[in-house]
Amino acid sequence: MRYEAPTTAKEAVRLMAGKAGMARVLAGGTDLLVQIRTDRIAPDLIVDIKRIAGMRSIMTKSGGFRIGAAVSGAELGEHKALRRAWPGVVEAANLIGSIQIQSRATMGGNLCNASPAADSVPALVAAGATAVIVGPRGRRSLPVEDVAVAPGRTSLKKGEIVEAIVLPKRAPRSGDAYLRFIPRSEMDIAVVGAGVSLTLDRNGVCTAARVALGAVAERVILVPDAAKALIGSTVDQAALERLAAAASAACRPIDDKRGTKKFRIKVAGVLARRAARTALARAQGK
Amino acid sequence: MPLDATIDPATHKFALVGTRPLRPDGIDKVTGRARFGADASAPGMLVGKILRSPHAHARIRAIDTSKAAKLPGVKAIVTRADFKEGDPGLRDVLHNVMARDKALYDGHAVAAVAATSAAVARKALKLIRVDYEILPHVTDVDEAMKPGAPVLHADMITANVEPAPKKASNIASRCEFGHGDPEIGFKQADLVIARSFKTEATHQGYIEPHACLASVGSDGQGELWVCTQGHYMVRNQCASLLGMDVSKLRVTASEIGGGFGGKTTVFIEPVALALSRKAGRPVKLVMSREEVFRASGPTSSASMDVKIGVTKDGRITAGTAEIRFQGGAFAGSPVEFGAMSAFACYDLEHVKTVGYDVVTNRPKQAAYRAPGAPMVAFAVESVLDELAKKIGMDPIELRLKNAAKEGTRSSYGPKYKRIGLIECLEAARRHPHYKAPLGPNQGRGIAAGFWFNFGGQTCVSLNVNVDGTVALAVGTPDIGGSRASMCLIAAEELGIGYEQVRAIVADTSSLGYNDISEGSRVTFSTGLAVIQAARDATAKLCARAAKTWGIAPDAVVWEKGYAKPASPNAGSFAPLSLADIAKTAGSTGGPIAGHCEVNAEGAGVSFAVHMTDAEVDRETGRVEIKRYTVVQDAGKAIHPSYVEGQYQGGAAQGIGWAINEEYVYGRDGRLQNPGFLDYRIPVASDLPMIDTVIVETPNPGHPYGVRGVGETSIVPPLAAVANAVSAAAGVRLSELPMAPPRVLAAIDAAASRRS
Repeated sequence: MRYEAPTTAKEAVRLMAGKAGMARVLAGGTDLLVQIRTDRIAPDLIVDIKRIAGMRSIMTKSGGFRIGAAVSGAELGEHKALRRAWPGVVEAANLIGSIQIQSRATMGGNLCNASPAADSVPALVAAGATAVIVGPRGRRSLPVEDVAVAPGRTSLKKGEIVEAIVLPKRAPRSGDAYLRFIPRSEMDIAVVGAGVSLTLDRNGVCTAARVALGAVAERVILVPDAAKALIGSTVDQAALERLAAAASAACRPIDDKRGTKKFRIKVAGVLARRAARTALARAQGK
Repeated sequence: MPLDATIDPATHKFALVGTRPLRPDGIDKVTGRARFGADASAPGMLVGKILRSPHAHARIRAIDTSKAAKLPGVKAIVTRADFKEGDPGLRDVLHNVMARDKALYDGHAVAAVAATSAAVARKALKLIRVDYEILPHVTDVDEAMKPGAPVLHADMITANVEPAPKKASNIASRCEFGHGDPEIGFKQADLVIARSFKTEATHQGYIEPHACLASVGSDGQGELWVCTQGHYMVRNQCASLLGMDVSKLRVTASEIGGGFGGKTTVFIEPVALALSRKAGRPVKLVMSREEVFRASGPTSSASMDVKIGVTKDGRITAGTAEIRFQGGAFAGSPVEFGAMSAFACYDLEHVKTVGYDVVTNRPKQAAYRAPGAPMVAFAVESVLDELAKKIGMDPIELRLKNAAKEGTRSSYGPKYKRIGLIECLEAARRHPHYKAPLGPNQGRGIAAGFWFNFGGQTCVSLNVNVDGTVALAVGTPDIGGSRASMCLIAAEELGIGYEQVRAIVADTSSLGYNDISEGSRVTFSTGLAVIQAARDATAKLCARAAKTWGIAPDAVVWEKGYAKPASPNAGSFAPLSLADIAKTAGSTGGPIAGHCEVNAEGAGVSFAVHMTDAEVDRETGRVEIKRYTVVQDAGKAIHPSYVEGQYQGGAAQGIGWAINEEYVYGRDGRLQNPGFLDYRIPVASDLPMIDTVIVETPNPGHPYGVRGVGETSIVPPLAAVANAVSAAAGVRLSELPMAPPRVLAAIDAAASRRS
């Protein structure tokens, strides 16, 4: 196994695009190293991206944020402006693992690991985040929901690396939230996850919303029907019930060791409703 | 050894017993200096790895190790042919350590390699070709009992059934306990409830995986460093499986990162020794977490039917239970303990329990803290809870009305000597928790539990050092703080300070045989042996003083650390301290030591009552334990902090078992969750602070009144939590674990029944 730690994105791309058999990007390593140690994968090349300029910094960009792919959960949690603008995204990223894991785990890695149960991804999708991808043919941007295509598989082409995640400028009277269902209180993996982001007008009517669900399909899904249930309403009880029904209807889960189909479908609605309440309170400045 | 005539536990003032000094192993454990199973190494050491069956049930047609053997760095490969067959007592142990003609579960060992690095060993495993013929499998206990189920062992004829069945089945044996005639009892009842229950297999969840370092020289002398609850057991079994003399194998027990019964047998130890013998170099073998789940010894899963009758005023007229345990691929589930303990809390005229020991394609179960009792208590205490509600009686009152006491004939046969169940029930009823108000969606559950406790073979040495300190050697690995308790007991007897005694767990060549640290036996039986060894030493110390003074040995007494003339008639001499006598021992007869070899009898049974408040999220089925109180009889708590720790630990493990822990098998018979992510033991934030109450009803079979405390604490929690969750959810939960999907489905089903 070859380990490389390039200092430029260009060099990282060159290595990843090279002829080596299995190549993997190392950011925090909280998924990759576990997969190697449990003998699930045996990469020929590991490209550590932490020494590349910009990979570990959070920058404000035209009112939004550009978060380097190797920024840790702890660093996200310590960034006051980011926390103020996108509390749902930060709380989602901070739910992953323990304090020790938080000092390593990254949203870039969480996204590229392509688990349907990734905690930060539904929050990013709800937030309308985009991934900046650098590859042999230069840079491109992709909505976060289009990065993962199936468990463990992304739409990235050979040699491509997620360089940063961009969160848009926040409109006034906006709020977001993420909730996951786990049987325990922490150190667990989402059985269902729900991210909601919404914006209100001066009269408290919802003008924009995005709802995303995790662990209920082969990848994290954006649920436009659930957002429609909120838009135009004051996010009252009736709207929340419509949201819950739309969220449940969008699920296409499987029965597995973590939960049954029936359970996931019902709980997806419950969590979407609860997350929307928190997002609403945040939008109202409560 | 009975309760000391001079000790009235209610009034006796111990100098040290009952205090809470710092644990002697504390600094080592928090600084990382303590050496666990995987912390040993040796010059020239190789890495051992085991190849395991990916199939739940398969015939092994052939194993080809030739390619692996040619890989540079591979120093030894072993299969079943490298072990000694023929010891009938270890037949199943050997089958489990290394498969022969069949792999009987996902994870069953089929071959092993020793290589110069972990990478080479892993590569070598991939080069071993095993030709499997996949056979149909069964993992559920009820399925395994059905006619037509895949049969694991062609020679398994159910034992204790008349007439003996003609055909082989998966039912290894039947057992039956009880007295009276339940049919008469049920006729006397005003209300009879019969219910069925199921529990899934759980793992002890010890944090330290099995690990050992084996070294066998060309002269046939072997050494083994291992984390185990019983290094004498390891020595005897390994010697037999390798065809060695017992004297040629020295086994040292490492510090242990949890066992809870799971480290009372051998898995990797004979394999490491066989590899080392073949390679001529030391071999270290450490299980991965995945191997621990797939191939060590979880507990049984259970299926149970319980029927209990009561009168309107709460007198139990009869109780019956049929319980079916699967214990993995070999006979030996703790179904007898389950059947014996089911109604052991109660004074019943008519009681009958029947048990079936069943084999399935799962790893061979090992002991898990009060093996067999928690599941059966879950069933019995759930039915009692329902009966109490139906007749409108307080659940503690119902149990008090029927509680076993001194003189009660137990449901498994013997008459109880002095016991403390009533004291526990009364303490629970008095506890502020019992009267505290409940919040919305919360319910309270209580349950009682029983465990036998055990004594067994024990050997200790107590050596008086030249400076008046004392070296205490015991042969029972310290799994619950026993070194601290043994130091307290020795210091109490000798009349010296706790810090002047240092206890070690000696290796198998330094002491006579000791039974495993199991059955809640260590503080009871090793403690008893330490008392006797200390008294043996004080008798010798008195004799030395007598010699110094020139008086008769029986004219000297030992009091609070000093030899003194027994009376003024014996003469007038200044008392001699232990240190004074130790200093001159070389000139008064040589070293001074006390010894004890005993097969300790008189272990007192123990009882506990648990109560807990659970909150249920009615929209998701998620359960949260809000409050938990343990009340348990310790007889006499030597080191109360450790006793409380045992109470809390049993409750924590029981809560996990009740709510989230389970072995999940796929349709292919493979274990789906061999890791701590999906095998969900509680994390610290899942639990409230667990409150404890130590009741002390002395055990008449121990000089200080000690009863074992390690196991009873896991007996009531499954039932207590189930009763609390059922109360909170408004529907009876009869299957464990009460994981959110199951609880939500029960709530939704009850709601649709109502509407």
